[in-house]
Amino acid sequence: MTLDLMPAMPEILLAIGALALLMVGVFVGEKSVGVVTWGAVLALAVALVWVLIGPTAASAFGGTFVVDPFSTFMKVLALIGSAVAIVLSARPAATDHWSRFEYPVLVMLATVGMMAMISANDLISLYLGLELQSLALYVVASIDRDNLKSTEAGLKYFVLGALSSGMLLYGASLLYGFTGHTGFPQIAAHLKAHGVSLGLVFGLVFVLAGLAFKISAVPFHMWTPDVYEGSPTAVTAFFAGAPKVAAFALVIRVVAEALGPAGHNWQQIVVFIAFASMALGAFAGIGQTNIKRLMAYSSIGHMGYALVGLAAGTAQGIAGVSIYLAIYLVTTLGTFALILSMRRDGKAVEDIADLAGLSRSQPLVAFGLSMLLFSLAGIPPLAGFFGKLYVFLAAVEAKMYVLAVLGVLASVVGAFYYIRIVKLIYFDEPAAELDRPSIEQKVVFALASIFVLVFVFAGNGLVSAANAAAKSLF
Amino acid sequence: MGNWPVLTIVTFLPLVGVLFLALVRGDDDVAKRNIRVITLITTVVTFLVSLQVWGRFDPSNPGFQMVEKSTWLGGLFNYHMGVDGISVAFVILTAFLMPFCILASWDSVQTRVKEYMIAFLVLETLMIGVFTALDLMLFYVFFEAGLIPMFIIIGVWGGPRRVYASFKFFLYTLLGSVLMLIAMLAMYYEAGTADIPTLLGHNFPATLQTWAFLAFFASFAVKMPMWPVHTWLPDAHVEAPTAGSVILAGILLKMGGYGFLRFSLPMFPLASEYFQPMVFTLSIVAIVYTSLVALAQEDIKKLIAYSSVAHMGYVTMGIFTFNAAGLQGAIFQMVSHGFVSGALFLSVGVIYDRMHTRDISAYGGLVNRMPWYAVAFLVFTMANVGLPGTSGFVGEFLTLLGAYRANTWVALFAATGVILSAGYALWLLARVMNGKLEKPSLAGILDLDWRERIVVVPLVLVTIFYGVYPAPVLNASEASVQALVAKTQAVLGAAAKVATLAN
Repeated sequence: MTLDLMPAMPEILLAIGALALLMVGVFVGEKSVGVVTWGAVLALAVALVWVLIGPTAASAFGGTFVVDPFSTFMKVLALIGSAVAIVLSARPAATDHWSRFEYPVLVMLATVGMMAMISANDLISLYLGLELQSLALYVVASIDRDNLKSTEAGLKYFVLGALSSGMLLYGASLLYGFTGHTGFPQIAAHLKAHGVSLGLVFGLVFVLAGLAFKISAVPFHMWTPDVYEGSPTAVTAFFAGAPKVAAFALVIRVVAEALGPAGHNWQQIVVFIAFASMALGAFAGIGQTNIKRLMAYSSIGHMGYALVGLAAGTAQGIAGVSIYLAIYLVTTLGTFALILSMRRDGKAVEDIADLAGLSRSQPLVAFGLSMLLFSLAGIPPLAGFFGKLYVFLAAVEAKMYVLAVLGVLASVVGAFYYIRIVKLIYFDEPAAELDRPSIEQKVVFALASIFVLVFVFAGNGLVSAANAAAKSLF
Repeated sequence: MGNWPVLTIVTFLPLVGVLFLALVRGDDDVAKRNIRVITLITTVVTFLVSLQVWGRFDPSNPGFQMVEKSTWLGGLFNYHMGVDGISVAFVILTAFLMPFCILASWDSVQTRVKEYMIAFLVLETLMIGVFTALDLMLFYVFFEAGLIPMFIIIGVWGGPRRVYASFKFFLYTLLGSVLMLIAMLAMYYEAGTADIPTLLGHNFPATLQTWAFLAFFASFAVKMPMWPVHTWLPDAHVEAPTAGSVILAGILLKMGGYGFLRFSLPMFPLASEYFQPMVFTLSIVAIVYTSLVALAQEDIKKLIAYSSVAHMGYVTMGIFTFNAAGLQGAIFQMVSHGFVSGALFLSVGVIYDRMHTRDISAYGGLVNRMPWYAVAFLVFTMANVGLPGTSGFVGEFLTLLGAYRANTWVALFAATGVILSAGYALWLLARVMNGKLEKPSLAGILDLDWRERIVVVPLVLVTIFYGVYPAPVLNASEASVQALVAKTQAVLGAAAKVATLAN
């Protein structure tokens, strides 16, 4: 067995970069924040390029770590999400006095964990990546350590996260115990040869429960609104993007690769949590007045839609999920760029009502935000519609008509709270004027708005990349 | 002038106008005037180009013409445009009505003029796109995207209950359409293509037909709107600004009827026949019940809104007769109702701009002060009633003729609607126009100014022209309708034969 590190080079590079920047931070002190921040962005960008030009199919560490078009696709998304989140965090961190050099470093380490999760091909490497990511995220949630809400968010996240990790680990031990393997392909081969035993079903349920926590799917979603609301907004922008994508990639890998032969066993679970997430995301969002909590319920709902594609369990379904996640990531980052810019006289405001009359004071921003919201609601011709289209196409192809119909009905309910914000922006009399967005917020916001608008003309590239990614799993 | 993609140009030309509008700066009167002029020019040019579609259209060809096709979204779907005898009239109708909408909003819209005009131009693109799209997904995108500008138009420039009306409009129509989306995906999966011409030739299995028919029906019945899912329409109409009502009544309602003709009937003939009694029943209820409701209205716009629902009842009845007279009548009725109801809403807008009320009781004896207006309103009312010599008559007559051939009872009940419509329309006319001008508030009311005459006169002429000479629309649709009827009857005949053999 030769030790070929090349496939894992982006991860290794990122880890070394994180440690080096940590050294810089420790020795130079607090004034190094700017250098560390932009150094982290640079390192993530280099890793992104490396992922893109690196090998498209390879494995390392004795087959526990794989690189394939699927991992490339998801890693690109995760890296973009992390890099944009760091870019967006610099200014609010300084204004709100939680600027620390540890933050970019922790995000980098979390990203290393995500990339390890995405490439995991073994229960051990799965857990290693997941824990590296999670531990970094717990700290990041309470990065504003003098703020009661932020520390509370971190603690809640940690306690519940640790519980879910425990469930996952227990499930993994059952999987190992009943198949005798930890590698995904070996587990799949064992299942194919010997069928599914009862103990294995238990293991599968525990693993899925643990993973559902990470993607905040119902009924393991309780932490999401509190953590989203409590964490500094820049951190929430990070939570809503990259970690969700990475955790979802992991779910796909586990159920499609390792547990593929046990399809009908996990399908019913996925169908249930998909439906429950869509419904809860749609109904619970209606009553929210805080925009961060609203986005939390929105993200729960979106995870539900993505799960619809997974429930189909076909290559078409996985491709749909990949497209959905890519569109979700961009739309979420754009929306959070705007939420971060919601300040009045320098003080952050988080009420939806603060957006009232935005179309008078900042017409272009108002237009962009409305497009992002309509996209989240899934109205054509915006990108979000095509995300839903591809997952529902897969569901219909797999003859899951009931789930598809329930899903689109939930999307109508969900549309209500998105258009309620549009109503505030366009129909209502202006509230006191908000401050102008800063340049990096403007850039991220504008790019996201343009993305949702032009996807209808130029979506070909993303669609074919997602198709290629999905095919590599089957 | 050889092969330029005329349909793409007609569809997306309004967006070019949007680009120009985006360049206009400022919010003063000059900027507003520039915005209005640019929009008007855009819509007029679009109409002129759409005449080119009419000119190049070959009525003897039942198939799709001026077809354009290229791949879209990774080859799963296609950008496929084309018109046939069923859709060509609606393309022209849309382009024809738009300049009037812009003129009608000339003075009445003073706030956020730029956004208003942009919303209307975007809406025009989407509406024309609905009638020219020949790919399921492309159709759906156009069909559904229209919700966004219409939501904004009702919500921003509408009346006092605009928020309620806009939400109701948005959620009602969205709920109908998402089910259609699932049916479309099922069809796509079953036939392996989203190409409408191919799907028209595909024989779907009977169960799929039933479910897909119901899903499409949910969408089109809401859009149409048919009783009992019509309740969003009066709210939306009353609260929308005048031009919004014109578009709603003139074009958006036609999308439902067009959908029945394009999808339900030819693609699900077995299900259509199976559900024919249901559609007939709902149509008759719509005709009789909403006519009675219209009689009781005190708000002019609401009255016309309910009369629209009744008139759409004739359309659905005509479509489901499965014979050429009924189908052509339905198409003609939709086109005629497009400009007649549009004209009626414009007329209401005229007095609303002056008096800022739509209560019937606030008016009376307008004929004394507004002779021009009274003549125009008379013509449109007569067309709405279906008086011979106006365009309203042709459609109603043909649909009733078709219904008579299909089912005598249906024709009998539907014909009572003609009497009822005469009742509410003439009563409205009498209360608003006739009698002495007694109300002091009306003493200073002015007759139509030059801009309003420009709006009204062409509509009067068109109403009478098509009443006397309906041939252009009927000829254009004839070949396509005949082909549609032949195909539907063939499928139904084959199914009946199988049923007899099975017995």
